Amino acid sequence: MNEFEHKLSMAKKAVGLGKLSRRDFMAFTMASGMTLSASQLMFAQAARAEAKKGGTFKAGIGHGQTTDSLDPATWSNGFTFAFGKSVMGAPLVQVNDKNVAVPHVAESFEPSNGAQKWVFKIRKGITFHDGRSLTADDVVNTINYHIGADSKSPAKSVLSSVTSVKADGPDTVIFELKGGNADFPFLLTDYHLSIYPSKDGKIDFAAGIGAGPYKMKSFEPGVKLVGERNESYFGTTYFDSIEMLSIVDVAARTNAYLAGEVDFIDRADLKTIDMLKGAPNTELYNVSGFAHYTAPMHVDTKPFDNLDARTALKYAINRQELVDKILFGYGSPGNDDPISAAMKYAINPAPVYSYDPDKAKALWKKAGMEGQKVDLSASDAAFAGGVDTALLMAEQAKKAGIEINVIKEPNDSYWDNVWLKKPWCLCYWGGRPVADMFLSVSLAADAAWNDTHWKNPRFNELLLAARAETDETKRAAQYAEAQQLVHDDGGQIVLMYNNFVGALNTTVGHNTFNSDFDHDGGYMYERWWKA
Amino acid sequence: MSTDTTAPLRNIKARRTTLENIVRNLKTAPVSAWFGMIVILIYAIFAIFAPWLAPHSENEVIGKAYEHGSSLALLGTDQIGRDLYSRLIYGARNTIGIAVITTLVSFLVGGSLGVLAALKRGWLDQGVSRVVDAFLAIPVLIFALMMLAVVGKSVVNLIIILALLDATRVFRLSRAVALNAVVMDYVESAKLRGEGMGWIVFKEIVPNILPPLITEFGLRFCFVFLTISALSFLGVGVQPPTADWGSMVAENKTLITFGNPAPLYPAAAIALLTVAVNFVVDWFLHKTSGLRDGK
Amino acid sequence: MHPVLKTVLQRLGLGVLTLFAVSIIIFSSLQMLPGGYAQNILGQGATPETVKNFNHELGLDRPAYVRYVEWIGNAVQGDFGNSYSGTTGTIKRSVSAIIAPRLYNTFFLAAMAAVVAVPLSLLLGVLAALYRNSWYDRIVNSITLTTIAMPEFFIAYLLMFFFAVKHRWFYSLSTVSESTSFWEHVNRATLPALTMTLVIIAHMMRMTRASIINLLASPYIEMAQLKGVSKSQVILRHALPNAWAPIATVIAFNLAYLVVGVVVVEVVYVYPGIGQMMVDAVSSRDMPVVQACALIFAATYILLNLLADIVSITTNPRLLHPK
Repeated sequence: MNEFEHKLSMAKKAVGLGKLSRRDFMAFTMASGMTLSASQLMFAQAARAEAKKGGTFKAGIGHGQTTDSLDPATWSNGFTFAFGKSVMGAPLVQVNDKNVAVPHVAESFEPSNGAQKWVFKIRKGITFHDGRSLTADDVVNTINYHIGADSKSPAKSVLSSVTSVKADGPDTVIFELKGGNADFPFLLTDYHLSIYPSKDGKIDFAAGIGAGPYKMKSFEPGVKLVGERNESYFGTTYFDSIEMLSIVDVAARTNAYLAGEVDFIDRADLKTIDMLKGAPNTELYNVSGFAHYTAPMHVDTKPFDNLDARTALKYAINRQELVDKILFGYGSPGNDDPISAAMKYAINPAPVYSYDPDKAKALWKKAGMEGQKVDLSASDAAFAGGVDTALLMAEQAKKAGIEINVIKEPNDSYWDNVWLKKPWCLCYWGGRPVADMFLSVSLAADAAWNDTHWKNPRFNELLLAARAETDETKRAAQYAEAQQLVHDDGGQIVLMYNNFVGALNTTVGHNTFNSDFDHDGGYMYERWWKA
Repeated sequence: MSTDTTAPLRNIKARRTTLENIVRNLKTAPVSAWFGMIVILIYAIFAIFAPWLAPHSENEVIGKAYEHGSSLALLGTDQIGRDLYSRLIYGARNTIGIAVITTLVSFLVGGSLGVLAALKRGWLDQGVSRVVDAFLAIPVLIFALMMLAVVGKSVVNLIIILALLDATRVFRLSRAVALNAVVMDYVESAKLRGEGMGWIVFKEIVPNILPPLITEFGLRFCFVFLTISALSFLGVGVQPPTADWGSMVAENKTLITFGNPAPLYPAAAIALLTVAVNFVVDWFLHKTSGLRDGK
Repeated sequence: MHPVLKTVLQRLGLGVLTLFAVSIIIFSSLQMLPGGYAQNILGQGATPETVKNFNHELGLDRPAYVRYVEWIGNAVQGDFGNSYSGTTGTIKRSVSAIIAPRLYNTFFLAAMAAVVAVPLSLLLGVLAALYRNSWYDRIVNSITLTTIAMPEFFIAYLLMFFFAVKHRWFYSLSTVSESTSFWEHVNRATLPALTMTLVIIAHMMRMTRASIINLLASPYIEMAQLKGVSKSQVILRHALPNAWAPIATVIAFNLAYLVVGVVVVEVVYVYPGIGQMMVDAVSSRDMPVVQACALIFAATYILLNLLADIVSITTNPRLLHPK
């Protein structure tokens, strides 16, 4: 570092701490030969580099319905999920920006018995928004609310491996699992599982009282939620208050951002992203996540029971074109491996399925499928642009002599009547922080969501072994083999990984973005700040 | 009017033929009506001859998304690189086709039921009127949304649902005007002459209630576009990849924010046609009102 | 019995019948919809078990007619039940409590648009009839036709673009809440009200013009003209009083539209009105909320039409004083 760079970094730090005025900073940088606009930009960046308290953060969210509720068992959209991540709720474990599970309401966690038993120590002195203190019983009751026999919570399937959860004294909770799972803490980062106060074994979520960073000031389902900083929050948070606004219409969301009514919008319209990027004081929120779009084939149904037919289809799709046209480049092509390259244990299995109509044609012929057509069920309910994707796939496959008959399914009830039921359809998988969750939730032989009906004994063996394995090298090797099997033999065509794309005003500061969910992994309200 | 009176006696005919009537009416049509008719004619030509007039096919991808106008794509390309101009032309065919069929069906169903109810009265009139009242009281857009979710989103379903919902409105109007007509002496005398039902309806009642119905036809026709485009906006209208003006505006709505003209073309196409249709309707209304001032 | 009173009573009776029919139509349509409340809330997370638990808790595992009879039984007593979205014991959200603030918002917006649109369209219509076939007539006609001919979301985005993004004169977001003050509410609702004004004005203005012109061929108007009454007097004193009936019908139709037809405008401006609520409730199959919204819409429609009929009767001496 030369002298100028050193001075500059000192100056930036001073700006961030508010000790150096804009004029002084500019005088310094411009004296060193920087242009006016460059030094202005640098000031803005420096000013928000240092996290500080204060300000109101307004977010325009592309989800939210008038039927949303405060019941954590009903949270399922991009508006309500944040409640449990970093608004009213605080879960036992959080994922940090390096994708590591870190204790949150828990102070520490410790596995034993081949990762079959987990002991969580609860942080002392945590209070809920109404002053009650958080105890191990609250944790147990919260978990039981989701895994109980009459539970309606989607978290029930996440925690299906839990056989018992017990309090051991006021600040210890013990989980017993069916089999070993070295990644168990990651399961507890699920947004449904934030801890709520309880009484007589029942948790009380009706008033929106949790232990999270913001106290709920008002909540109008489908409209907005206003939160005020919880001064006794055990973690750190910066905004004085937050406003979550549900703006489902993408053009309205864009307008609200451009009109300066919100600081951040998610799910930006990719068609016009270049124009949005050029808006004043705008930082593009562009995070390559773990979520992906797939086209699962039932491997026990003709013609997908034939490996050559499956492989032919895998080669007949131009995934790069899908990324370019459906995601406007904001994503990456899939290689029939559900583990995103950004994740731990990810490999890029060879051979890469790049578009090869000739090879596809030959394989299709070898499978005896020449001249026959296959049905592909599609809908925009699977993911935005689903129908366009299917139409593009049909165009691409035509060049390989494969005729794909696109069936447009109704949006309503797509997940009920099409997915898991039709032999070939489109599907969307949201972010999961660890490899095990992806593989076990949709590819394990007994998984409720095994949407390819793929039952590979070796794969299931590897999955169980890797789940309990604590030796990193062995575990990596097991996951590598498992991914290779999915890639070579599986029925899941991973079409593309989609990025989370939004727009963020440059007055908002942040660190590295978390990538398992949108909104900085759902932690933006807690982790961002205003300069 | 002067031609008749000054013509030599031997040229007087008992009755002008329909063609002569039309020619005569056209001669007296004001500028706005001419404008309207010419616009409608141009639209009709584009709609009928779309495959020959469009430089590219409806769904052919010819370039990148949102390219600017060039010799290849006159108005530029849309969100997945299809030629906007070609889609606009095919849009004329689809949009106008759907609207015309929908309106025709609704008039056929609503109109005939309305006339029948007015003529027969009694339980038929009561029954149909009560059912229609109930449907009229339900918001069209939301009910169409529900029904499309029930039967599935296809163009045929869209046409049937909108036509039936529109038919309730047509029913009310045609019943009301037919009620005025059925009590007229000429209907009474036709009945006394022993004319059949068909004669009474088609020779006596329909010609006399046609003007308000045709006016209504023009308006309904325009409302159908708007309803379809609102449905497209809510995601259940004409489904991609079919080119339809309403959905083309809805698909490109975010571009308005950035001052890009792509959504403007289909919106302007709808607006121009509506203005044209209404100009013609106005003229027709003026002609049948019996008002003699102006022209 | 006085004819007005008779009509009112007759219509109200029929109205109740209509409401009943509407509730049956809506209920059976909801039954026909694929999927259910549980499946919609749970999405990808719907397993047969969670769906079953959900349905049991909501009582949806009982036959449809039982549920309808129960619902209508409570509804006639003024109890519209609880929204499904407040499923579990602790959070009960009564339909009336959910709907009340949104209904207020909807009426607020409708009133704002009506206050501007109705007098303006009457004025423009009368002037157009007075100066018929002049350039004024043609221009007003073309402009209003153009605004009615554009999809309303397009008009909404255009207004938003010019008045909220380009020039920050108004808000692009109309999110109001119960704590919003009156003037703030007016300010926030300006753009949506303007949008709706543009959408409905053409219809009312054209009907005003048409019904007046329609009367100008009548012998009594010719008589007045021959007497030497001025053009404007002919229209205001002689034609307009007799043109009220069709005008009132169209105004009623458009006022009803302001209440029931605003879904799109609500979506674009994120205005928490009742249309958006009903669409949400339909897509999540929240039957009690859908029913209540449908009944409100139907009642609005019936009452406004009744009002139009009363205007027709009271402005027509022949109907008011029957022989």
